[in-house]
Amino acid sequence: MTESANATRPIRVLVGKPGLDGHDRGAKVVARALRDAGMEVIYTGLHQTPEEIVEAALQEDVDVVGLSILSGAHNTLVPRVIELLHAQGLDDVHVMVGGIIPEEDAEELRKLGVVAVFGPGTETEEIVRFTRSCAREA
Amino acid sequence: MSLGKAVLEGDRRALARALTLVENQHPDAEEIVRDIHGHTGHAIVVGITGAPGVGKSTLVDRLAGHFLAAGRTVGILAVDPSSPFTGGALLGDRIRMEGRGSGVFMRSIAARGQLGGLARSTPRAIQLLEAAGRDFILLETVGAGQSEVDVMGYADTTLVVVAPGLGDDVQAFKAGILEIGDIFVVNKADRPGADQTARELRQMLSLGPRRAWRPPVLSTTAQTGEGIGEIAEAILEHKASMERDPEVGVRHLHEAERFLRQAVAEQLADAAVARAKASGRWAPLVEEVAHRRKDPIWAAREIVSGEER
Repeated sequence: MTESANATRPIRVLVGKPGLDGHDRGAKVVARALRDAGMEVIYTGLHQTPEEIVEAALQEDVDVVGLSILSGAHNTLVPRVIELLHAQGLDDVHVMVGGIIPEEDAEELRKLGVVAVFGPGTETEEIVRFTRSCAREA
Repeated sequence: MSLGKAVLEGDRRALARALTLVENQHPDAEEIVRDIHGHTGHAIVVGITGAPGVGKSTLVDRLAGHFLAAGRTVGILAVDPSSPFTGGALLGDRIRMEGRGSGVFMRSIAARGQLGGLARSTPRAIQLLEAAGRDFILLETVGAGQSEVDVMGYADTTLVVVAPGLGDDVQAFKAGILEIGDIFVVNKADRPGADQTARELRQMLSLGPRRAWRPPVLSTTAQTGEGIGEIAEAILEHKASMERDPEVGVRHLHEAERFLRQAVAEQLADAAVARAKASGRWAPLVEEVAHRRKDPIWAAREIVSGEER
């Protein structure tokens, strides 16, 4: 029993696209890279509300939520997701954001508790490395 | 409060956590399962299987919506394959799901190397959803080859979904699925060829052995919700029919025996492999099998008996 318990504990990651923009190439590239790194990636598809993303994160019991936002609405969407995560008691879920985020906004998001903000041109290896470091203990 | 008790009280976070522990075969899962076991067995478990692309996920979503609108609670287990190379998985069944809030509890499950289209943890995951008070549990398989046969063992009712225009129909129908379907669904019924697919299915079914329950062939367009109500009705009719069937008790015994046997096999295998690894015999044996110096069956005997041969 202990044998297999140690052997199988993949990191679970939710990759979601909140808001209205329809460009999910970046999200798919990241989802694919995380899968190829041995993680279980739940991809929710386009046009998700913060409520839907947080409910999915709860049901899927993920270690990490990755939000891809290209619409410029990150200053409203991300705080809302974080607020809802806390409201559900999901304080141990790490939130990462990818997209086109100006540096001063990124700083604000980090202050809110976002563990990483990845801009265009980020190597997928870096995202994989960082996601691994967010894995939960148990 | 223990996690098992929290699950019984309907705590969704506890349920999510318990599902993870069961999936990971964490030692704590044993206690949870013991706590909830007496509270299971009352939900209607519907297995949904069929080739990739026939519309299983959309159908599952619409069925969930139908039961939800009727005031029932729904749990969904959607199994997707894991990569045999990295162990990773891309679980995309949520893409087809409409936001239904907390009335539907859906869990995406990676098969984690288990053949047969379902994950090893599936029976326990079903029990957890039952214990959490879900009236209907929709179990969506990977949708390739074997899976159809395995799902039958876990589900009260098995839906086999087909779609027109997916190559040679007769070919698609012969791989054992005719025997295991309790309800056949021709999805994408708005597409050309759907009537013919349904006709051929009925014809092939009429050639099969006569049973008390005659599997209906229903047409749906899951995308628009057309025909979903009829499927829901057929599921309830099938359930009622099974309860009248005198053979059902025998079948439950067979199922229980199969589960027990599988659980014994898994526990013995885990223990034996762990022992072989601890004694340092495992790696050399793997090597010998890889180089064909030893037959895997003989190597397994060595591991099971603990003696060198």
